[in-house]
Amino acid sequence: MAPHDHDHDHHHDHGHGSELSETQLRVRALETVLTEKGYVDPAALDLIIETYETKVGPHNGARVVAKAWSDPAFKRALLEDASAAVRTMGHESRVGDHLVAVENTPQLHNMIVCTLCSCYPWEVLGLPPVWYKSAPYRSRAVKDPRGVLADVGIKLSKDTQIRVWDSTAETRFIVLPMRPAGTDGWSEERLAQLVTRDSMIGTGLPKTPEEVA
Amino acid sequence: MDGVHDMGGMDGFGKVEPEPNEPPFHARWEGRVLALQRSMGYAGAWHIDNSRAAQELLPPPVYLTASYYQRWALAMERNVIERGLAGPDELAAGHALRPGKPLKRKLTPEIIKEGLTRGSFYRQAQAPARFKPGDRVRTRNIHPPTHTRLPRYARGRVGTVELVHGCHAFPDAVATDRGDDPQWLYTVVFESRELWGADADPTLKVSIDAFEPYLDPA
Repeated sequence: MAPHDHDHDHHHDHGHGSELSETQLRVRALETVLTEKGYVDPAALDLIIETYETKVGPHNGARVVAKAWSDPAFKRALLEDASAAVRTMGHESRVGDHLVAVENTPQLHNMIVCTLCSCYPWEVLGLPPVWYKSAPYRSRAVKDPRGVLADVGIKLSKDTQIRVWDSTAETRFIVLPMRPAGTDGWSEERLAQLVTRDSMIGTGLPKTPEEVA
Repeated sequence: MDGVHDMGGMDGFGKVEPEPNEPPFHARWEGRVLALQRSMGYAGAWHIDNSRAAQELLPPPVYLTASYYQRWALAMERNVIERGLAGPDELAAGHALRPGKPLKRKLTPEIIKEGLTRGSFYRQAQAPARFKPGDRVRTRNIHPPTHTRLPRYARGRVGTVELVHGCHAFPDAVATDRGDDPQWLYTVVFESRELWGADADPTLKVSIDAFEPYLDPA
């Protein structure tokens, strides 16, 4: 599994290549050995992959945010104990015990990072994107968050306070972004369409009504 | 350990580059690696902190150039071998040459939903919490050669306890097979200048989640 395999895999391996990379061969060997030893079930592996490809994703978090925007009692419950509040919504991948929701306001912008590895609220956002797990984000988010936001085209007022939450334990964080203007009377389903994955990490903002019109 | 995985505050890694319409997996084997990891975790083969520790032990050039799921696979090979769950000869042969060891349980299709539910890290408190919200604390200046979750940029710094998360399994102990050693967990917030000096962005505050053994009263 030499490091140089990565580019090859990244660009060419989509399941129908003729030549197997060293990484593919090693992963296949690992799976075969663990299966033959009786530790894992290949049919369960298929279902795990299917779950993360089709069922668990940022649409779960978007529903949470849209509900918080619509229902003040739910919003209070979410900010008080996000694990308990989200558990009442019956997601596909049930949330664990350690979710914390942090609220953006006109004065305060929150951002989530894991500088030590890749901790991320899978149950509500799905698997983290590559950039979230990569050195540029992990190194800079805690020191130069405005620079990180500039990389992705977000400019906050210079007076806005920024709070970065480094996920160094098993606590997981989700940002509750601000509800966009011009959405009075919208249903939760319609509001959920405005909630982007990155707005729940704090590296983006929700869409405006014009963007989904 | 003071490894390259502890990236907070390092310079020179370049811009953050999002990928439009990124798929969950970029190759089929990445999904297999994730599913193997989840299955072995469910089976009780090792704890998530053992997985993190095994990645941290990769040589720095490998850590920095391997892809994310390559790191997972390398760490899994290491844990499989170290825990005697398979031999290097078997991984090289691509087949089991001896029977497996008994594990706690097995993730099967019928129980996939329960199997993917995130476990709880709460543990029974061994003593009352030493700190409460509003307390000023100084993080310890520790450099254990083994796994720790106190990042370098936040060692020896004064901050304020903001949240108390209850008592959790302590990664530093778990990763070195010393049991759960339950410890209180706190969110501790720091002013940017305490972390990054006089030139830091004055609008920034950064928090970490810190276990009680990382903290002294300030």
